[in-house]
Amino acid sequence: MENKTYIQSFCSIQNNSIRLNGEAVFSTEDSDFSDFSKKAYQHFEIGYPKFFKMDNLSKLAFLGSELLLKKVVESDKENDIALLFANKSSSLDTDLKYQNSISDSENYFPSPAVFVYTLPNICLGEIAIKNQLKSENSFFIFDAFNPEFLLQYANVLLNTKKAAKVLCGWVEYFNEEYKAFLYLVADEGTIEHDKNNIEIAFNK
Amino acid sequence: MEALKQELKGKIIEVLNLEDISVADINDNDPLFGEGLGLDSIDALELIVLLDKDYGIKLTDPKEGKNIFQSIDTMAAFIEANRTK
Repeated sequence: MENKTYIQSFCSIQNNSIRLNGEAVFSTEDSDFSDFSKKAYQHFEIGYPKFFKMDNLSKLAFLGSELLLKKVVESDKENDIALLFANKSSSLDTDLKYQNSISDSENYFPSPAVFVYTLPNICLGEIAIKNQLKSENSFFIFDAFNPEFLLQYANVLLNTKKAAKVLCGWVEYFNEEYKAFLYLVADEGTIEHDKNNIEIAFNK
Repeated sequence: MEALKQELKGKIIEVLNLEDISVADINDNDPLFGEGLGLDSIDALELIVLLDKDYGIKLTDPKEGKNIFQSIDTMAAFIEANRTK
């Protein structure tokens, strides 16, 4: 029999603003993502200089993960938190940047630092490195946010004891258009982990 | 040579996205890797690209980088001796 699972916390990042558990916690006006993400980094006192080397997709996922994992991750323990993410545009934004750097044979200077981000699941690696996670992680590509799939996959991970918690996320970034929605699922909490509640949180 | 060192510091900060570091924070003989600026292997590859792009120097053996990228001093000396642009 499946155990009940719960959404412990959730956050969304879009249109230069960040909401945590439905409440606005940070916003800027008239800034591009680079400026917005830098200001958010400073506002939440993240203190992790490698953030500035990340591509925009990783910055987006990393910011969301910091908001939800900061109070959950214990630095002196192995944290059994799986990462289950998805998006629509994969790493296309960075792929195109990289392609631009190699498209002119007269000006051919491929950047290794850009190249390493030409896979969407690299953002999971950034979160795992920061939080010392050695647990399951998966990144899927869908046409649109797919709460049913994430629900079932997260429940399988929890019910088969593959993880104690699952950080689920939709992190979409392409051409300055972005939306991140992350939520933490575990076997205790107050918001029941079902499709309806995921959708309500997604739209908050 | 002094101008080249200052230029290099600025370029390294820009190319490697060292957001919290300024030109004044980097001493000429500070180690760039390890306990100094804390650069990593991807940064080393970016520095090889920088040598090629801005100074016309192609490193054929990446192992050469270990000596060249010890500090701003060693980098500037190598560029001064080998630059083609």
